[in-house]
Amino acid sequence: MTGKDAYLKVENLTKMFGDFTALKDISLEVFEGEFICFLGPSGCGKTTLLRAIAGLDIQTHGRVEQGGRDISGLPPLERDFGIVFQSYALFPNLTVHQNVAYGLVSRKTSKPEIDKRVAELLESVGLVDQEDKYPAQLSGGQQQRVALSRALATKPGLLLLDEPLSALDAKVRVRLRHEIKALQHQLGVTTIMVTHDQEEALTMADRIVVMNEGVIEQIGTPQDIYSRPVNPFVADFIGTMNFLAGVAGDPAQVCVCDIELTTSNSPDGIQKDDAITVCIRPEDVATRGVTPDSDNAVLTVVETLEFLGSFYRATLRVQDDGKTAIRADFSINLVRDLDIKEGQEFTIALPMDQIRVYGEIFAHADDLI
Amino acid sequence: MVPAVAHAAPAVVRHKVSSEDWIMRGVLGAIALYLLVAIVLPLYALLSKGFQDRDGNFTGLDNFTEFFTTPALSQSVANSLTISSISTVIVVSLAFVYAYALTRSCMAFKNLFKGIALIPILMPSLLPAISLIFMFGKQGFLTFLLFGNEIYGPIGIVMGEVIYVFPHVLMIIMIAMSMSDARLYEASQSLGAGPVRTFFTVTLPGIRYGLVSAGFVAFTLIITDFGVPKVVGGQYNVLATDVYKQVVGRQDFEMGAVVSMVLLVPAIIAFAADRILQRKQVAILTARAVPYAPTPSPRFDAIMTAFCALVGIVIVGILGVAMFASLVKFWPYNLSLTLAHYDFSLRDGGGWDSYINSVKMASWTAVIGTCVIFTGAYLVEKSKGFLAGRAAMQFLVMMPMAVPGLSLGLAYIFFFNHPDNPLNFLYHTLPILVICTITHFYTVSHLTAITALKQIDNEFESVSASLKVPFYKTFWRVTVPICVPAILDISMYLFVNAMTTVSAVVFLYSPDTALASVAVLNMDDAGEQASAAAMGVMIVLTAGAARLLHAVLTRGLARRTQAWRKR
Repeated sequence: MTGKDAYLKVENLTKMFGDFTALKDISLEVFEGEFICFLGPSGCGKTTLLRAIAGLDIQTHGRVEQGGRDISGLPPLERDFGIVFQSYALFPNLTVHQNVAYGLVSRKTSKPEIDKRVAELLESVGLVDQEDKYPAQLSGGQQQRVALSRALATKPGLLLLDEPLSALDAKVRVRLRHEIKALQHQLGVTTIMVTHDQEEALTMADRIVVMNEGVIEQIGTPQDIYSRPVNPFVADFIGTMNFLAGVAGDPAQVCVCDIELTTSNSPDGIQKDDAITVCIRPEDVATRGVTPDSDNAVLTVVETLEFLGSFYRATLRVQDDGKTAIRADFSINLVRDLDIKEGQEFTIALPMDQIRVYGEIFAHADDLI
Repeated sequence: MVPAVAHAAPAVVRHKVSSEDWIMRGVLGAIALYLLVAIVLPLYALLSKGFQDRDGNFTGLDNFTEFFTTPALSQSVANSLTISSISTVIVVSLAFVYAYALTRSCMAFKNLFKGIALIPILMPSLLPAISLIFMFGKQGFLTFLLFGNEIYGPIGIVMGEVIYVFPHVLMIIMIAMSMSDARLYEASQSLGAGPVRTFFTVTLPGIRYGLVSAGFVAFTLIITDFGVPKVVGGQYNVLATDVYKQVVGRQDFEMGAVVSMVLLVPAIIAFAADRILQRKQVAILTARAVPYAPTPSPRFDAIMTAFCALVGIVIVGILGVAMFASLVKFWPYNLSLTLAHYDFSLRDGGGWDSYINSVKMASWTAVIGTCVIFTGAYLVEKSKGFLAGRAAMQFLVMMPMAVPGLSLGLAYIFFFNHPDNPLNFLYHTLPILVICTITHFYTVSHLTAITALKQIDNEFESVSASLKVPFYKTFWRVTVPICVPAILDISMYLFVNAMTTVSAVVFLYSPDTALASVAVLNMDDAGEQASAAAMGVMIVLTAGAARLLHAVLTRGLARRTQAWRKR
């Protein structure tokens, strides 16, 4: 990616609301045709960043460059973007056709051309026969598609999506994810989507920007972010993670709940006896063919078995210290084959290449213990 | 929090102000300028006049000392407070029961009773007072009910004021009552509380802000009302009539200014209290509340029907007597029908011209006022940036609410009639009456517009900017059509009030621009009560017709432009 020039450059962007710093020195590059997701908990500044890029709430300090043009202080009218809001902001008194054509009419496009473009757009989102309806007569998913068509009608260089799916039912949401992604891919329009839904970000984005409290925690592909989170916050925010407090031992050794573990992912700069946090995802916990003599084996008692449809999530109490709980995913087969029951003893292993170690103590919000 | 950019002092981004922004600011500035000229400067002229003698020399508090040491004048303060307190207690109690009947019982004809209760809004406050004289005056057919007391004086004023402010108070209490949450009643019942306990623990606390707010509004309306005491006050002086007497009778403008400043005090207190209460009221009702639905109870419903019927008969009777008296030869001696009293050319007050002036003035007020107020509200609510300008505007639009009509009218004399004022040419013209009336009723109209605008998605402007469509096109194509119902409400409110108002315009008309409501006053003054009643009836009919037209338009337009509301 570093070979070509970025289409959108955000440099040292800071946004203050009075004394409150909503964005702190954000820098970011987006490449042509990329699908970027800003992901983070509410209040992390992701929407503020999007609105700064759109010029709707211009930043206090910093530069924004789009297509080689410095747009830092320009009003939205003089920028080149299309936007879809969470509420869609469809004009309720205009028909679907009028909504989609809204930006075209003011560009002195001829009427047949407008009609052609509108028809083309509505066809690409499968709403051809809905042209004359008003927004209130459409379903949420249909309204969403109209909003998307309206934003794309003027062929903007940048498409901004502000939580576009969060007002929809779960099933519609999943379907629209694919539709939007496919349409974006087909048109090749550079897209930034704001979301707090990690699943949405993981399935749709080329790269994800994880944000928290006004700063960027990590930028990377979905696989990167999921399997190699750079800090406990990202590890915690994306997917489910076990956080185990421990201390560093000899190189590649950590001690967690009185058990010595070997790891291949120990970060630099950690001294022996430093307090650390060891992380492992429930699905990475080894469950089959583990004996107490296996590497990184942990003896546990099955405390609860929560049935989640396609698998069980087990809460395991570590026997050595009797306090620590580890969540692990048990497949349906495993539970059936081994006839696992609550209260039963069970040995697991924490595979050394799946363990991540962070040189900081992380207090997990909804700790099981 | 320390910004992470501490290493170098970064330059603050300069926002480029687009031509759109300039248009927005220009229009907002123009409306702010209008309010400056129409309310701030006149008010300043009024206040400074209170501290001057006749020759314009600054005299400090001398005028106020004179006011409070002249027994005849300071007595008015006591009279005003007494009258207003008594009337407020009575009207809030009556309106409370009436509202309770309309919202919490299953009685029949609710819409009819609601409609009847709103009739007094269509009248200048002079009219119920004139009717009271027909009923309870020396030749009245109900005078025996007063047991030898006179209608002229406190009794008449209280009766007149109660009728005049009844609809205003009723509406506030009804809104408060309709906002109660049914789940609280269910909870109360399921915990074994009886109806009495439920009333005191759920009903009353739920509407206490509404009740207090209604009390304040009633008190202010009454203490600043001039029509009722003018007609039926007799020798009983109150502040509002004092302003009129000082200015019109004695030409003592300085003392008029002092009295109208005293009148400002309760109005400002009531205004401040109402603002605070409204903020609290909002928090009570959550989005998930379930509206209360009353269950039938034959006895309770019958009592409520009887009560509403009684109040309804009084209100209809007030209007009916005025109508009847205006149509008979000589009340109460010769009851043969005639239209002679409608031949206003023979009377004081400007004849039919005054009626035509009123309709003209009310129409201009409705049209111009609605355009200005709605546009102003839109810019305050939806424009971005320019925070100082918008904050100033928000302050300016609330000011008219705190200024009683009499004070406003007097302020206009001082400001516009000043020989050095370049706007002096407006004095004694129809435009100044329009300006004054728009300003007088600005705040409520503005708040109506804001309420409607708040329901519109805030991102419309952002979307249209992203589509390179200037905001004014979106305003015209989207915002205005969506707000048609609110726009009609505002214009109707302005029209009806412009038809009925007396207080502000009584100082501002000239022989060429006499108004119907003022004609009522002058004909009553001249002893032509039947003609005064006739003109009053004309006002009621016109205002009523406007309301009817409003209802038809709202329904018709709703069908055409609001088709999108239907699923």
